[in-house]
Amino acid sequence: MVEHVKSNRNKIWELSLEDRFKEVYPPLSDKEAQTEAMRCLYCYDAPCIKACPTDIDIPTFIRKIATANVKGSAKTILQSNLLGGSCARVCPTQELCEGACVMGSEHKPIMIGRLQRYACDYSASHNIQHFKPLPNNGLKVAIVGTGPAGLSCAGELAKLGFNVTCFEKNNLAGGLSTYGIVVFREPVEVSLAEVKQIEALGVKIETNKALGKDFTLNQLIEKYDAVFLGIGLANVPQLNIPNDKVVIDGLEFIAATKIKDLNSLKIGKRICIVGAGNTAIDCATIAKRLGAPRVTILYRRSEAEMPCYYFEYEFALSEGVGFMFLTQPIGINLDNNGHIESINCVRMDLQNESINGRRISKPVPDSEFNLPCDMLITAIGQNKHQDILDNLNQIGIDIESGYIMVDKHTNQTKHPKIYAGGDCIRIKGEASTVAAVQDGKIAAQAIYENLVSAKVKKVEVKK
Amino acid sequence: MVDLSIDFCGIKSPNPFWLASAPPANSAYQVQKAFEQGWGGAVWKTIGAPVLNVSNRYGTIDYKGAKIIGLNNVELISDRPINTNLKEISEVKRNFPNHAVIVSVMVESKKEAWQEIIKRTEETNCDGFELNFGCPHGMSERGMGSAMGQDPHYTQMVTQWVMEVATKPVIVKLTPNITDVVVPARAAVAGGTNALSLINTINSIMGVDLNTFELRPNVGGKGGHGGYAGMAVKPIALHMLSSVANDSIIQQAKIPISGIGGIETWQDVAEFMLLGATSVQVCTAVMHWGFRIVEDMIDGLSNWMESKNFNTVYDFIGKSLPRISSFGDFDLGFKSAAKINQDKCIQCNLCFIACNDAAHQCIDLQSMQMDEGFQKMFPVVRENDCVGCALCASVCPVNDCISMVEVESHRPHITWNELIKTKPEVLEWDKMEEYRQKSNIHIH
Ligand SMILES: Cc1cc2nc3c(=O)[nH]c(=O)nc-3n(C[C@H](O)[C@H](O)[C@H](O)COP(=O)(O)OP(=O)(O)OC[C@H]3O[C@@H](n4cnc5c(N)ncnc54)[C@H](O)[C@@H]3O)c2cc1C
Ligand SMILES: Cc1cc2nc3c(=O)[nH]c(=O)nc-3n(C[C@H](O)[C@H](O)[C@H](O)COP(=O)(O)O)c2cc1C
Ligand code: SF4
Repeated sequence: MVEHVKSNRNKIWELSLEDRFKEVYPPLSDKEAQTEAMRCLYCYDAPCIKACPTDIDIPTFIRKIATANVKGSAKTILQSNLLGGSCARVCPTQELCEGACVMGSEHKPIMIGRLQRYACDYSASHNIQHFKPLPNNGLKVAIVGTGPAGLSCAGELAKLGFNVTCFEKNNLAGGLSTYGIVVFREPVEVSLAEVKQIEALGVKIETNKALGKDFTLNQLIEKYDAVFLGIGLANVPQLNIPNDKVVIDGLEFIAATKIKDLNSLKIGKRICIVGAGNTAIDCATIAKRLGAPRVTILYRRSEAEMPCYYFEYEFALSEGVGFMFLTQPIGINLDNNGHIESINCVRMDLQNESINGRRISKPVPDSEFNLPCDMLITAIGQNKHQDILDNLNQIGIDIESGYIMVDKHTNQTKHPKIYAGGDCIRIKGEASTVAAVQDGKIAAQAIYENLVSAKVKKVEVKK
Repeated sequence: MVDLSIDFCGIKSPNPFWLASAPPANSAYQVQKAFEQGWGGAVWKTIGAPVLNVSNRYGTIDYKGAKIIGLNNVELISDRPINTNLKEISEVKRNFPNHAVIVSVMVESKKEAWQEIIKRTEETNCDGFELNFGCPHGMSERGMGSAMGQDPHYTQMVTQWVMEVATKPVIVKLTPNITDVVVPARAAVAGGTNALSLINTINSIMGVDLNTFELRPNVGGKGGHGGYAGMAVKPIALHMLSSVANDSIIQQAKIPISGIGGIETWQDVAEFMLLGATSVQVCTAVMHWGFRIVEDMIDGLSNWMESKNFNTVYDFIGKSLPRISSFGDFDLGFKSAAKINQDKCIQCNLCFIACNDAAHQCIDLQSMQMDEGFQKMFPVVRENDCVGCALCASVCPVNDCISMVEVESHRPHITWNELIKTKPEVLEWDKMEEYRQKSNIHIH
């Protein structure tokens, strides 16, 4: 019997639980990758390079796929972005490289993200070590947090000859790539393999070590020549409505599907998610794939104001997620056992005034209603690591709206030894993996220039 | 790390990648930019006799979305003042002492003219010369270029003139516009050349405009034959290269060969080198994409060499030459047959129609039952009837769907030459039929 001829497309509910959490996009075959790579025009001074926050030389890496030099292709990518395998999966490519592709106007843009994944996966599965670190320069750098920002900074510094130690409060390294990106977009193994690659460059990673608990900032400043903070943001804020103790933190919900046995997860039948950012969409699609029959996103504004990417919205719709716009939860009703039974909601109206380009919404009088619900998940942004921020502020580092202030060319704070990057400095612009990677790179370069090049220059002056 | 450096009859080059004598090697600006991006050497755009160029100069062929699979030109040799060229050549050599700078020359068929240009050019400190006996248009009508390369007598004589005065290595660049390229190659060797390069461009007309009836390229309403180059000429170049490299007289001379014609990627380079090229030269691919293509050539060739455990290019130059054989020495008992992987088949049926209309009618369309309960027609090969021509595998659009698999033929493993030596009678049809019956060869 011929296996691959199937008359209808797979439906989620027909798949096993494991299959539902496999990567949405299958890997490209060699032939698919080469055919797609040959479509690339190999533009000169290409717009896709400019659209990539880490400046990957995209036409070159694609040409190398076309010539079957996949190893060289991976090196071209990783030279600019040590976490190319993660970025290939999680980057909003429509907004970045693929959005800039010149083929977009006349044809379809080149599938840059999937080609990048093809090359990086080849490199990872063949365990290729592309880089030989410079000789040890005797300088020590501490990295706090092993998300994309921390790992990228650590890897780049190790390449430049530094002794690098990372401290990570979690059990596993990788930050949100390990715990936060939905598993069908990036499997945990991909993130952990990248962690291994960074370690292979000579980086030491100490997990279950939290700044502020197991060691202090002062200890780091004393012991190390430089410190990089890539601590990201914290948990999801409370809803601040009655009975909000039963609410589930969206990030914890996602993390469970990444590191726990899927069969052990308990979910509701009528799940509601508050918020309309990319994280809310992730929570909703996961809930759907875990088997919840009814999953609804509640958002107090309208479709036009949703902060998530449009393609994420479309993905959620295609997965069968429902949306209730102009709806705000104002209370939670529990049954006799203390379990959530329904949410008390109110209808909202949009006003003409807006904040940051988004229109304000106001409750509609007498419009309250009860929405049956047995699991309420919040995804309304992330808290800040307030203790650490206070501590930084005490030693003279500027903090604004909960973000660490740095010089944008060096990612150095007001304290000469302390640098920061990633979500914890992203006061403006979209928080993303690729931006965090670039932050780490910028800081590593600045640390090198301030500690090594500067010294070399000084010695020269003395002569 | 692998070692890509070469010593080409005394011309040292950090890698085998050279710009061919053509527009990309027209000026110091270009050649230096190319060296900075990784090219190991350049053969300067031919200098010599005074010329005037025309426009348009190029015509190209696109095929199903791929641009420039072939390019033809009616360009002449360098039209820049000769003193400018010589000044810039010495400037490049000064700035890049470790790169190979070879100067292509061509003048009228006079001993004094050739010897003078060689002597003048030597003052630039260049690393060697390439004698352009190949340009097939414009110059040939004036008795130069391919007019010299097509006449072995001229080839030998002019080479001798040059060898009398040259103190640096001399490469003779051959024209493909000839029946057997080995003949002029031997003539160049007889003339004392230090090396050979091939191929120059092939006589061609690119096309006709169906509305205006003009030719491509169109020079003010007229057109004519021009030199064809680019990816499309690669198989011709590979054949000419290997026949020269495999020739016993050329082999005795122990001279290196520079391979040219349709090279775009490191894979092309590896093929040219496996068939005997020590260096390679590139023109059209650079005209299409710029000098930057050399980065993947270096990187890809190095990675491939590492994967094959080659430390230097000398570990594989000419490695496939011993496999070049001729029809009379092929094994008549070797058989392969087409095998279709039904799981990969997309039912375009191109293999069926190709075999049915243009080969040996060995593929049937057979109905197969699907999981879903309906039936579909799939192409299926009758292996016993398949002659192993490989047409179906060539037309199949899916990778690894149709493969040619070696099968036991139950036929004697004998070559044609051996057969007609031992059984000369098979040259008659009735005896041939008898032999076929005995040898399990059934042709319908
Ligand atoms: C659900 C979700 C989905 C996302 N999807 C995408 C996406 O599809 N595409 C995209 O580009 N971006 C996405 N993002 C954003 C992206 O994940 C982040 O921008 C990126 O991970 C930021 O990297 P970072 O290194 O700054 O922080 P993080 O990845 O948050 O890493 C910070 C690390 O610091 C550690 N840490 C914190 N405090 C301490 C301490 N005191 N001591 C030691 N270690 C500490 C944390 O445990 C963590 O490992 C998503 C984010 C979320 C929440
Ligand atoms: C526009 C153009 C001009 C050329 N001019 C010269 C020349 O002046 N001298 C020469 O020896 N070959 C000349 N050639 C031939 C090239 O050096 C080379 O042999 C040929 O183009 C095949 O290589 P390719 O397929 O890489 O282009 C020219 C080719 C082109 C396309
Ligand atoms: S490539 Fe340059 S010289 Fe040639 S036609 Fe175009 S603009 Fe003119």
